[in-house]
Amino acid sequence: MSTHSIHSEQIESETGKLGMWIFLLTELFLFGGLFLVYAVFRAQYSEAFHAGAEELNAFIGTLNTVFLLVSSMTVAMAITAIQKDKKNLAIFLILVTLILAGLFMMNKYFEWSHKFEFKLYPGSEVLKNLPRGELLFFGLYFMMTGLHAIHVLIGMTLLAINIFKIKNGEVSSKHYLHLENTGLYWHLVDLIWIFLFPLLYLIT
Amino acid sequence: MSNSETGTHVSYLEHEGKYKGLLGWLLTTDHKKIGLLYLYCIIVFFFVAAILGILMRVELIAPGQTIMGAQTYNGMFTIHGIIMIFVIVIPALPAIFGNFFLPIMIGAKDVAFPKLNLFSFYLFLIGAIFGVLSQFIGGGAPDTGWTFYVPYSSQSSTNVIYALIAAFILGFSSILTGLNFIVTMHRMRAPGMGWFRMPLFPWSLYATAWIQVLATPIVGITLLMVIAERVLKIGFFDPALGGDPVLFQHLFWIYSHPAVYIMILPGMGIVTEIFPTFSQKPIFGYTAILFSSLAIAFVGYFVWGHHMYTAGISTGSRWFFSFLTFLVAVPSAIKVFNWVSTLYGGSIEMRPPLLYAISFIFLFMIGGFTGLTLGSVATDIQVHDTAFVVAHFHYIIFGGMGFAFFAGMHYWFPKIFGRMYNDKLAYIGWGFLFTGFNVLYFPQFIIGLQGMPRRYFDYLPQFQTGQVISTIGGFILFTGLIIMVGNLVYHAKRGAIAPANPWKGVTLEWQIPSPPSHENFDEIPEINHAPYFFGNTSENK
Repeated sequence: MSTHSIHSEQIESETGKLGMWIFLLTELFLFGGLFLVYAVFRAQYSEAFHAGAEELNAFIGTLNTVFLLVSSMTVAMAITAIQKDKKNLAIFLILVTLILAGLFMMNKYFEWSHKFEFKLYPGSEVLKNLPRGELLFFGLYFMMTGLHAIHVLIGMTLLAINIFKIKNGEVSSKHYLHLENTGLYWHLVDLIWIFLFPLLYLIT
Repeated sequence: MSNSETGTHVSYLEHEGKYKGLLGWLLTTDHKKIGLLYLYCIIVFFFVAAILGILMRVELIAPGQTIMGAQTYNGMFTIHGIIMIFVIVIPALPAIFGNFFLPIMIGAKDVAFPKLNLFSFYLFLIGAIFGVLSQFIGGGAPDTGWTFYVPYSSQSSTNVIYALIAAFILGFSSILTGLNFIVTMHRMRAPGMGWFRMPLFPWSLYATAWIQVLATPIVGITLLMVIAERVLKIGFFDPALGGDPVLFQHLFWIYSHPAVYIMILPGMGIVTEIFPTFSQKPIFGYTAILFSSLAIAFVGYFVWGHHMYTAGISTGSRWFFSFLTFLVAVPSAIKVFNWVSTLYGGSIEMRPPLLYAISFIFLFMIGGFTGLTLGSVATDIQVHDTAFVVAHFHYIIFGGMGFAFFAGMHYWFPKIFGRMYNDKLAYIGWGFLFTGFNVLYFPQFIIGLQGMPRRYFDYLPQFQTGQVISTIGGFILFTGLIIMVGNLVYHAKRGAIAPANPWKGVTLEWQIPSPPSHENFDEIPEINHAPYFFGNTSENK
């Protein structure tokens, strides 16, 4: 359908974006359920949550926050690049985003394995013998960061697909809805982390 | 775009796209064919769940063990509930009639995201299959009830995980359908069709779609948490792992109560289409019906606590939830008054769709009034977890949504298949269904008040009379189902050819040939008047 006028192109892209925004809203509500559980348990066991947060390494958390924030910027730059028809620059910026996401995941891996070394994992004896509030804190920590990590992986996959789409011309300066929606998704991943980070690492 | 105005009409059923034959159906992105795919699957699953239901009725015909053991019975009511709720009642009306008629009624050629639409169908199918499989494989059928209450659901050794995964996937499919509909209505209405010129069935789908999008993720994450609790031993709800079981009930009902409105709102939308057509009169109180749909969707979010009066929540919150529950009755009643007023003074033609629609009002009102009994704290504590509750929600869900579904089926059948069914058989089927339904569920109110608990496979001898009457009703109902479905299935191919507008309806779907062409409209229509405009003669009564 190369005869499509620019007008209908625009309508299509607006429609696609509206769908994406509603989808992101459902993602927020998905995490919203976890935030609700967090709020309830935090109100009940605020001291234990305080003790739990002390155990987490705020430095690694901060580093990861920086990685994600910068990656959000690079993906936004990639969209601008494709709008200006600079394909190679766009691919380069997406690759930078992917590397930053990879660094985030690597940090997460070290952080989790560090916990596992101290036998701090769901179902372990050590965890079971902790006070009830701390048990719940670590449960939430693993569930929330785990679900977030799955979202990071999905986002990385979407970004990688965009590289191929740019290469074969499916994503171009005229057709960049796919990249734009991926960017929106990536910002959501970032946004959720912005909430997870203080809730789990900082508020003590 | 193959047929111009003068060209021969090719219906969507005969239209051949990129793929032919069966593959043409399985890979179709035509909203009408996807609607039919849902219809066929839902009929199959409905009969599976209905047979489980009738087996339970046979078990309850006498005290003690009759045809199955207690554990089998537990599995049966669980799977009956899961299939009926998650596979049939929640998706059926939006997925079948919404898919088929929403684009046509707003003058569009398809939904906003046709491929996503097909994707959500396959998600639905996978979820449904998981649900049925959970009955048959591995550790035995799940026995938690469809509500998956923790701590039992995180400890039961049966296939609870399969059922949880099924519900999760079905929820995801429901979200995508809702998302698709919202975007469709926002962006694809025909020129001239402002929001307030949209017929009321699309409006009810709009309210429903927002509930699907906003409430379903909450149950999604809740089910994921129960899965994590079972598999990874992460404590959320199970006290043995430090969790809080009442919190589960809160999260579960935050979704599952609004889900009741996902079930009933499209049903209300369907009968709202039927009343004007069969009284040849504009709908009474268009705006009132529209805003009452939105009000039900909105207030429906804040009433979940009425499922938990006996769960140990505070007196203050019980008072609050009870008050809000009574508030939902107001918009529901507004609708009932409007439907009746639409009939008043109309030139009524009593055909099968209208008969079903009127039965809908009758049964929905019994369900609604008994809902008030359950909504007030004092009486609820008396009848909580008894057969009274079973009777109440079957009146709402089956008597309401189910009869609205039958009404819609009889109303739009000529449009969907281009054939007419046999009216006489439809009346006979209705007679069996309506009688059977009341004989089956009304005694449950009485024995429930007398103290018959729900979900028990055994009971005291004093409840036997009621149980026997119920079982007889169950068989009458089942006979009615077979007559009705038989009539429709037989005449889908062999019935008399249907005209484009057999009921003299005025909404857009009746202005195009039956069955519609692949792209619905040769030319996108221009809308220049309000919906339900029957011309000047019937306006001036």
